[in-house]
Amino acid sequence: MQIYLPIAEVAVNAFTLIGLGGVVGLMSGLFGVGGGFLITPLLFFIGIPPTIAVATGANQVVASSFSGVLAHVKRKAVDFRMGWVLLAGGLVGSSLGVILFNLLSRIGQVDLVVQLCYVIFLGLIGAMMLQESLRALRRTRVSGPIKPTRRHQHGWVHRWPLKMKFRVSGLYISAIPVLGVGAVVGVLGALMGVGGGFIMVPAMIYLLGMPTKVVIGTSLFQITFLSAYTTLMHAVSSNTVDVMLAVLLIVGGVVGAQIGTQWGARLRAEQLRILLALLVLAVCGKLALDLFLRPDELYSITPGLLK
Amino acid sequence: MIRHTALIHAALILLLTALPGLAQTLAQTPAQPAETPVESPEQIVAGLSHDDIDITTNFDGSEIIIYGAVKREIPIPEGEPLDVVVAVAGPSESVTVRHKERTLGIWINTGRVSVGAAPSFYVVASTRPLHLILSPEEDQRNRISVPLAMRSFAGPVEVEDAVPYTEALIRLREAEGLYRLDNGAVRLAEQTLFRADVRLPANLIEGAYSARIFLLRGGKVIDTFRAPIDVRKVGLERWLYRLALENPFAYGIMSLAIAIGAGWAASEAFRQFRRS
Repeated sequence: MQIYLPIAEVAVNAFTLIGLGGVVGLMSGLFGVGGGFLITPLLFFIGIPPTIAVATGANQVVASSFSGVLAHVKRKAVDFRMGWVLLAGGLVGSSLGVILFNLLSRIGQVDLVVQLCYVIFLGLIGAMMLQESLRALRRTRVSGPIKPTRRHQHGWVHRWPLKMKFRVSGLYISAIPVLGVGAVVGVLGALMGVGGGFIMVPAMIYLLGMPTKVVIGTSLFQITFLSAYTTLMHAVSSNTVDVMLAVLLIVGGVVGAQIGTQWGARLRAEQLRILLALLVLAVCGKLALDLFLRPDELYSITPGLLK
Repeated sequence: MIRHTALIHAALILLLTALPGLAQTLAQTPAQPAETPVESPEQIVAGLSHDDIDITTNFDGSEIIIYGAVKREIPIPEGEPLDVVVAVAGPSESVTVRHKERTLGIWINTGRVSVGAAPSFYVVASTRPLHLILSPEEDQRNRISVPLAMRSFAGPVEVEDAVPYTEALIRLREAEGLYRLDNGAVRLAEQTLFRADVRLPANLIEGAYSARIFLLRGGKVIDTFRAPIDVRKVGLERWLYRLALENPFAYGIMSLAIAIGAGWAASEAFRQFRRS
């Protein structure tokens, strides 16, 4: 069934979009990532103009992560206090990211910077997570299922001032690194047009030392707000949110997110991390190939004039 | 007497050989108002199957039939056959074409050319291949063929050769089904009745489109006809489009409300589903 999108001004198959939303929603519920790093390239691929894909992707992320948050709230797996502090940093970072984005597009090479960001961050995080979770998995195999290992329990982030108690996470740490993580993720998120969950989740685990089960719910909580902010910014500043496209993606996405959350509850934390690491590395590999291999078409069209 | 006849003969031969040359020089002089008569002996009478296209939610392209006849007060002229060309164009927009090159091992956009106005949609249909029936000068004057439908480079051209860029623009648009050259798509019967079926793709944008019909004989345009086609969004499509442009904040809030509502509904639905 073909459907005409009012803002994107293209006709696409409605079932393709619902399916696409479903797959991304599944990832979202399973791993606590918003899915922006998947949905945006997938939308490019089916012929949605890039600016619309980025903005509408953010809108779809709001729905799937909100649905995910509700499921996690019921399992008491959201650290709200941590989420608010991360969000405070995130909003500042996101605003800075938008300014940086505009600055780069004036210089001209914004596409390249975005693509390089993707490759570098996805590659680093994917490799780190894979290595760590494989090691953790091997350890539990050897000594049986013991209590999950806490990383960096008394690392550098725990010695800073402005200490706050995060009861759900079982942490008593400084607010500065939490705000910092939020801000960095916000900048990268705005620059790369994603919610930033795939950076946020490992940062929470490895930098802040939060338990994996709480990480996903908390990450979804702050992504919901951050991508809502991004959606509104895009709608107001560039009229690039296509609500028809968003609704179709959302229909698939919310269902996928619920299924993902169910599956996630059954899988072990280490297994979840291995799967996420592999997914991140796969996307990274695809983007790296695009950079290094000769493209089929060397020319591309962008609407409008560039100053 | 004999010498006299020979002289006349020679003069005649001279005159005869000179005449075509003279006629040719006359024909080539640019200022010749007699060549473009106000009333062409052959004129187009044409119509469109519909002159407005509504983009609805399930819009999946459209077909427009352009039909007509040649009105003439004289018998069908002998010699060069009559040909018909139909060109349908969408609203023009400015675009930037970029070119990637390998730099330090990775493919980077290096060159770019901005085209001031390129039609968003352009189809040329003709009775026979365009290069056989249309002289380059006439093409230039009426901007009929696809490359000529694009106008003016915007700003200074930074690259050495802009031609590959415009060629790429045409190639990419052709691949999207937005530009098309349909040789033989216009059917002409008895040099009088013609008809062209022009398919409009689903990725059409809103705006003022136009259909132009050219009557050609011997490479020259002898009559033209122009009709507007109004392409616009209707119903929900129109409402959303206008809201997004006129009240973007409300539109953004609405988009978020839909997202939050859908997220909540899915969560509730699954809870009910699990309970039962």
